[in-house]
Amino acid sequence: MKKIECSNELRHKAEEIRYDIISMIAEAGSGHPGGTLSAADIGTVLFFNEMNYDPANPQWEGRDRFILSKGHVAPLFYTLLAHAGFFNRSELMTLRKYKSRLQGHPVSYMLPGVEVSTGSLGQGLSIASGIALACKMDKKFYRVFTLLGDGELQEGQIWEAAMFAAYRKLDNLCAIVDRNHLQIDGNTEDVLALEPLQAKWNAFGWHTIMINGHNISAILDAFREFNEVVNKPTLIIAKTVKGKGVSFMEDQAGWHGKAPKDDEVIQALSEIKARMDA
Amino acid sequence: MKKKDIQPIRDGYGNALIELGKTNPNVLVLDADLSTSTRTNWFAKKFPERFIDVGIAEQNMVDIAAGLSIEGKIPFVTTYGVFVCGRAFDQIRNTVCYSNLNVKIVGSHGGISVGPDGGSHQAIEDIALMRILPHMTVVVPCDHHQAYKATLAMAEMIGPAYLRLAREATAAITDENSAFKIGKAQVLTEGDDCAVFFAGTIGDEVMKAVEMLHKKKMYPTVINMHTIKPIDKKCIIQYAKKFGKIMTIEEHLQAGGLGSAIAEVLVEHYPVKVKMLAIFDRFGESGQPGVLLDAFGLSADKISKKIEQFITEP
Repeated sequence: MKKIECSNELRHKAEEIRYDIISMIAEAGSGHPGGTLSAADIGTVLFFNEMNYDPANPQWEGRDRFILSKGHVAPLFYTLLAHAGFFNRSELMTLRKYKSRLQGHPVSYMLPGVEVSTGSLGQGLSIASGIALACKMDKKFYRVFTLLGDGELQEGQIWEAAMFAAYRKLDNLCAIVDRNHLQIDGNTEDVLALEPLQAKWNAFGWHTIMINGHNISAILDAFREFNEVVNKPTLIIAKTVKGKGVSFMEDQAGWHGKAPKDDEVIQALSEIKARMDA
Repeated sequence: MKKKDIQPIRDGYGNALIELGKTNPNVLVLDADLSTSTRTNWFAKKFPERFIDVGIAEQNMVDIAAGLSIEGKIPFVTTYGVFVCGRAFDQIRNTVCYSNLNVKIVGSHGGISVGPDGGSHQAIEDIALMRILPHMTVVVPCDHHQAYKATLAMAEMIGPAYLRLAREATAAITDENSAFKIGKAQVLTEGDDCAVFFAGTIGDEVMKAVEMLHKKKMYPTVINMHTIKPIDKKCIIQYAKKFGKIMTIEEHLQAGGLGSAIAEVLVEHYPVKVKMLAIFDRFGESGQPGVLLDAFGLSADKISKKIEQFITEP
């Protein structure tokens, strides 16, 4: 996999990803644009700079593993996989349709590049920990990345896994929290407060890094830092804006699980296009 | 007289794990702080680097196993049946079965014969919960010999599987040479008076009941349905045709258990009357295992009376 090293190119790639995300969700007529757009920059850096994999050989043993714990942002995952070459971009338009490999939430046995089916929240960190443990047992050197939603951290299983990974010193494990502050019923701090989030993870024995999740250089630096950490798993808290990159979706809980229509699609795509052409 | 071979079936599981430890380097064992009770501590002692105690965290345990299985390991996830099937049901459904992962789930302490711990610890709905899941195989061995073989067979097959164990020491009704194949029912004794299907350690009571019936010159055919899923349809239909009615016996809720599974086959393919001995829409409670089995109508004495009634009624 050829890596994109230049921040500007990564930024441009992230906009291409956003463009396809809006297009496919609009075509599907349903989906989750909010959290998909907030994680687009993190996903882009992961897939086009940080992770090692081979789209021609999805089961290559040395690949870094990626687990999408917040399975509802499947459109982001699918777009990243398509742009990385796991399958043709045209297939993105089959999202959520009958007989499509692009199910509403990712299904592992249908699509190459998907390690495990997800969709029920709170499980990805445990699965990623299991993979990271197997990696250690086998004395291998790949790394395991998992993308978590912030609302998802309300699931108790997350904290079971947090204890486990730290206790087992899984320093090959990197979890990224898409901290966009919004869940379906409103602000996380109003529904069930998560703060002080970083202090909690520190107390659980993790190495934590807090960044602006839309700053490409900051994301790159955070992964560099993860690679240096020994004996501890790493948690990156990526502060993001839900719906980032589409003005009318930004910071609106209402855009968690709703597809844009007609004029909204045109406006969203033109905003993204304008940044791509800038 | 031959010395009775009495041993808890969880011992068969513990011994099989040791065997797998020696023969299959991919086999790992996970437990949630109950390793003495479930016998996984025998494996832990011999293969400490392949034993993972996750603490009291069943949901995490199942998904850790899922991750391990993705990397080619064969994890045996072990704890009380009531906890793994109940608390971790979503993990089993949405991760293990939905992804069709090679995770082996072992629920010890099935049935009311768990005894004094009471209803909170007696899994009587685990078979129902596991057998409804796509991709899942469900095995309920009858004694320690069969538990040993079932454990080895589960390691050989690919895909998610549930193994139900029990706490009490029960008499072996098979021996080390008996054949065992997942999905193939085992006829323990042939008789001309009726057909009785059972699953699990209740087989000990069933076989004692059969001895009592022999004294009355009554001879049931007894079939050990150690595999609930995939169920041996051919065997069920064969005996339904032969006797025109079927009796089922299990230490599980009637809803969704062995009797239900058999009835599903018969209703579709060869409808005959099915008499079910099971637990009816209630929880278990505390008491000595023998006392409980009798109170729930599942002691050898009560079973023999029910079979007699089943044979003699029109």
